[in-house]
Amino acid sequence: MTEKAAPEVDVKSAKFRRKDRLYFAMMILPILACIVLKVLFTPAGDGGVQISGAMIFLGENTSMTSLYISESQVNTWAVMISILGLCLYMTHGLSEKAVLKRQLAAEWIVEKCETLVKNNMGGFFREWAPFVAAIMGLSAFSSLICLVGLFSPTGDVNVTFGWAILVFFMIMYYKFRGGLWNYTKGLFSPIPVFAPMNLIGEFATPVSMAFRHYGNILSGAVISALIGSALTGLSKSLLGWLPGVLSDMPLLRVGLPAVLSVYFDVFSGVMQAFIFAMLTMLNVAGAVPWDDWNARRKKRNKPEIQNLVA
Amino acid sequence: MLELAMGIMLGLLGLGAGCAMIAGIGPGIGEGNAVAKACEAIGRQPECKSDVTSTMIMGCAIAETTGLYGLIVAILLIFVAPGTFTGILKDAIK
Repeated sequence: MTEKAAPEVDVKSAKFRRKDRLYFAMMILPILACIVLKVLFTPAGDGGVQISGAMIFLGENTSMTSLYISESQVNTWAVMISILGLCLYMTHGLSEKAVLKRQLAAEWIVEKCETLVKNNMGGFFREWAPFVAAIMGLSAFSSLICLVGLFSPTGDVNVTFGWAILVFFMIMYYKFRGGLWNYTKGLFSPIPVFAPMNLIGEFATPVSMAFRHYGNILSGAVISALIGSALTGLSKSLLGWLPGVLSDMPLLRVGLPAVLSVYFDVFSGVMQAFIFAMLTMLNVAGAVPWDDWNARRKKRNKPEIQNLVA
Repeated sequence: MLELAMGIMLGLLGLGAGCAMIAGIGPGIGEGNAVAKACEAIGRQPECKSDVTSTMIMGCAIAETTGLYGLIVAILLIFVAPGTFTGILKDAIK
């Protein structure tokens, strides 16, 4: 018990409350700003349901070289700031006695994440828990942002491809731990004819990860839009006899799209976030050539590394 | 002439998108098999239900990949390809 006890926080003080409010604003304001931006930039239309990609706020989209800021980038940053606010809010006022309920939730999340990483990647990778939790949280909240009417950044292939390339570099880093020669030799196994296929297999991992996530979210969005437009047409033809404004209102669109959205937006989004994180863990942990790496370490008189799966 | 060419092109793009979605059959069968086996496993060993369920959902998501490739091709054919090909056609007929 050499650790110094954390100073007790006064959860009722004005300073604490002020900080709390600041963090809460940090959670809500970026999303509201995004909604305002979307409303300002959306061109006036007939109010029908339409399927479109990310809007472009700034810059030109005419050639390969031009840089532009699109809706998916802005929404990703909003989600990132919002998640940061959530984390600061949940870890605000930590104490040994757990005065606040949010501390229990924060502890539960951290514990679950560490157990997940330990069970799937092994003890050697336990420092990976924050990264896995971050990618899972960002992915899940990016997909769920469509519930407030914004464009999901994960429905843009560029975003998911960025994440997949990041994971790809991590996989390659651990694959090269066994030495360049051993890695090249692995490409030509079992017989040299398989070299092109092995090479394609290396690059197929990020491509399939990116397309899986993007395709699931996009298909959900497309199906929601199709159902919306179909119900609009149906209510126009069925309820067109109603007097006044009522005949223009798509009354059949009340209710049913929300029920379907529980599957297509909520379940699918959270599921894909979990799967992306899971594949990251499995691919990275499976990429390490333990025997080769330990043989190399032995040559340099370094201690052997053991990956204990809990 | 241009109208005829456009009509043929759009019709063929729609047909191509439909053909691309044949890829949806495979994942359907595969995921059905996976869920059936998972149900059997839970029936044999009810105590490992959570493990089996999470592994099954993982496997289902991975088996879906080929179907999603078909879906992406279909979406590209419907929403992206007409714009590209219309320009090419107009240039060719001029």
